[in-house]
Amino acid sequence: MAMLEVRNLKKQFGNFYALNGVNFDVNEGEIFGFIGPNGAGKSTTIRILLGILKATEGTAKIFGKDAWKDAVDIHRRIAYVPGDVNLWPNLTGGEVIDLFIKLRGGNQSNRRDEFIERFDLDPTKKCRTYSKGNRQKVALVAAFAADADLYIFDEPTSGLDPLMEQVFQACVMEAKQAGKSVLLSSHILSEVEKLCDRIGIIRQGEIIESGTLSELRHLTRTNLVVETKEPISALHELNGIYNIEEKDKTVSFQVDSEQLDAAVKHISQYGIIKLESAPPTLEDLFMRYYENKDEKAAGGAS
Amino acid sequence: MFRTLTNHTGTLARLILRRDRIRIPLWLFGITFFTVIIPIAFDSMYASQQERDAMAETMKNPAMIAMVGPADLDNYTTGVMTAHNMLLFTAIAVGLMSILLVARHTRTDEEEGRLEMIRSLPVGKLANINATLLVLAGANLFLALLNGFGLYALGIESMDLEGSLLYGATLGGAGILFAGITAVFAQLSESARGTIGYSIAALIIAYLLRAAGDVSDSALSLLSPLGWVTKTEAYAKNAWWPIFLLIGAAILLFILANYLNAIRDLGAGFIRVKPGKKNASPFLQSPLGLALRLQRTAGISWGIGMLAIGISYGSVMGDLESFFAENELLEQMLVAEEGYTLTEQFIPMLFMVLGILAAIPPILSAHKFIGEEKKNRLEHLLARAVSRTNLFSSYLFIAIANGFIMMTLTAIGLWSAAAAVMEEAFAFSAVYGAAMAYYPAMLVMIGLALFFIGCLPKFTPLVWLYLAYSFFALYLGRLFQVPDWAGKLSPYGHVPQLPIESMKWPTAIVLTVIAALFTALGWMGIKKRDIEG
Repeated sequence: MAMLEVRNLKKQFGNFYALNGVNFDVNEGEIFGFIGPNGAGKSTTIRILLGILKATEGTAKIFGKDAWKDAVDIHRRIAYVPGDVNLWPNLTGGEVIDLFIKLRGGNQSNRRDEFIERFDLDPTKKCRTYSKGNRQKVALVAAFAADADLYIFDEPTSGLDPLMEQVFQACVMEAKQAGKSVLLSSHILSEVEKLCDRIGIIRQGEIIESGTLSELRHLTRTNLVVETKEPISALHELNGIYNIEEKDKTVSFQVDSEQLDAAVKHISQYGIIKLESAPPTLEDLFMRYYENKDEKAAGGAS
Repeated sequence: MFRTLTNHTGTLARLILRRDRIRIPLWLFGITFFTVIIPIAFDSMYASQQERDAMAETMKNPAMIAMVGPADLDNYTTGVMTAHNMLLFTAIAVGLMSILLVARHTRTDEEEGRLEMIRSLPVGKLANINATLLVLAGANLFLALLNGFGLYALGIESMDLEGSLLYGATLGGAGILFAGITAVFAQLSESARGTIGYSIAALIIAYLLRAAGDVSDSALSLLSPLGWVTKTEAYAKNAWWPIFLLIGAAILLFILANYLNAIRDLGAGFIRVKPGKKNASPFLQSPLGLALRLQRTAGISWGIGMLAIGISYGSVMGDLESFFAENELLEQMLVAEEGYTLTEQFIPMLFMVLGILAAIPPILSAHKFIGEEKKNRLEHLLARAVSRTNLFSSYLFIAIANGFIMMTLTAIGLWSAAAAVMEEAFAFSAVYGAAMAYYPAMLVMIGLALFFIGCLPKFTPLVWLYLAYSFFALYLGRLFQVPDWAGKLSPYGHVPQLPIESMKWPTAIVLTVIAALFTALGWMGIKKRDIEG
């Protein structure tokens, strides 16, 4: 069942289309990773989902309700953490957490102190004295202490240290195990790779690819390193082979997933001594979409 | 040793000058402008000795002495009058300049981590504080000369060279002293906010100490640096000893600040910050409670300010008759009405000005909505189960209540001080009625502010323009014989002139309805627009 449903979402600022037809779903009990560089439209999408911005076109629904019209009803069941947490300098962290929990209403869990401890936050300090990471902790504690059905995180760990990042990841996994859904927008691709069931990649206001990590991997290339008894010839004549590098008797190259079979058949003729294959990382995927737009078009044609 | 501690002081001083190349000149020329414009105004408004003596007469009461200090009232020349009315307040402004500039270049830079980068370079430990004090001393010296020669250049008979230079030196001396005070607090406090807070508290305490000392004519004033300021009596006795006192005390404070800076760690202070609350009180846990909490300090400060303004106007009510009789210019501004005293005729004009002034805090309070929006903090609330209308209504409610409280405090201040100095005191209901007659006009201004916030957030500053227009059209308009319709373009132009006119309820109702319409439009607008951030 889709907890969150975005269909053909468009948002215009003046003449500029920040979103140009975004489509994706987040299903129940699923962690959905939302990745893309700055300015691609991640935060704009999230702010429309929160009913803070009004969509120019298209629909954004959470729990089957309209994100703009039924904002207050929806918000009783969600928890949100922005990437840039700006707090009131003269309130303490503890006061802000209480305020946030209270304003959310809905289900209250009394886990505030537990999460303050887990995130190692001093709630008696004024927000003015908090670093970026500590302000994020305030928002995270308030979010996890709420017993929400859907969590929306917009680059929540950008100021946290590796230790706290792990605490965050553990908290997200616990939420998932409790059957909650999560929309996680992040720059930290290793984090998305580790946590997310499905991923959507956004570029210039459009989702250009979405699916499970293994589905996405099929769309891309595998890295192979091969050592053969005899030198491999005519490798570059095969379809879907890229970045061939030869060093002594070792050849490394990338191969399109659908050409893997043909490539392995070809090289096996030369007597394989060693064969290493590595699946593409999310970073490879991401970079491929962003760095080599032209190459992608060419690869698709071959 | 001291040389290595202050290595590159000159370079840092140049950096400060570069960073403040607009800020410092603005302060200096702003202050100098007011210093020279006032005696010109006094010289034309109170041209004859008779008029000045009448003014001196109004100064002979404890309220005025508490406010501006003592003076040679029997020899009230334009020079004495300028020094009496302006020197103390200008010195406070100069003190404020020093406080803000010193805090900016010491604790603020330290708190923001800029000083850490500077200190990682081959720069002396005490270079920054001494560069700051060097620049401030220079700026204040320049200010002293600018004001001294500026006043002398006016060529007003009673303002000789010595008095003028002393006037300037007093301002400069006060500025240098408060630079020293702030430099010490910048060492004691751990935050920029604390530094500014403690320093301004010192300024206020100095003022109050002097007020108490002057009224009781005791040595208490001699404990206050602002007491020393009034003791110079420029253009009368021309006493120079307070200048030496100011500079001497400043040097001691500079040394103390250097010592404290030398013995502490970067980022540390001497006054411990006590931990804040671990939990939010139930009061805080709503959009309304939060908005009130955020505006608490500003609201209380404005309330005290409006009360004080009311009191200061009320305290001159006793001498108004004689004062107006001597001053044609002011008499001209009042509508001649049979059967009412001049004081009573003065009331509506006074409340018009106060009503415009009292509209500032509620508009600021409403504008806080935009401020919170721009800082991305409304997002925290709207992302939770808080509707836009609920949030907007909180600010609406606070602004309306704020305006009511401000007007009430002003009326209370004015009435109570007037009751103390007048032989036949006003009835409170008369004064309060005259004040509250302006409340519907104020509501129109608040409504307009809310309309802009809801519908056209980029245009919110236009309210200030309209408020300023109201002031010029109605207050100065009387002086320059601006046509009537110009005043009618402002809601304040329709308010009945209580107590010389009777209350016009239809006008009040129409103004209130207009205010409600604006507010309703803003309320509908906020439901539709994007929340920026």
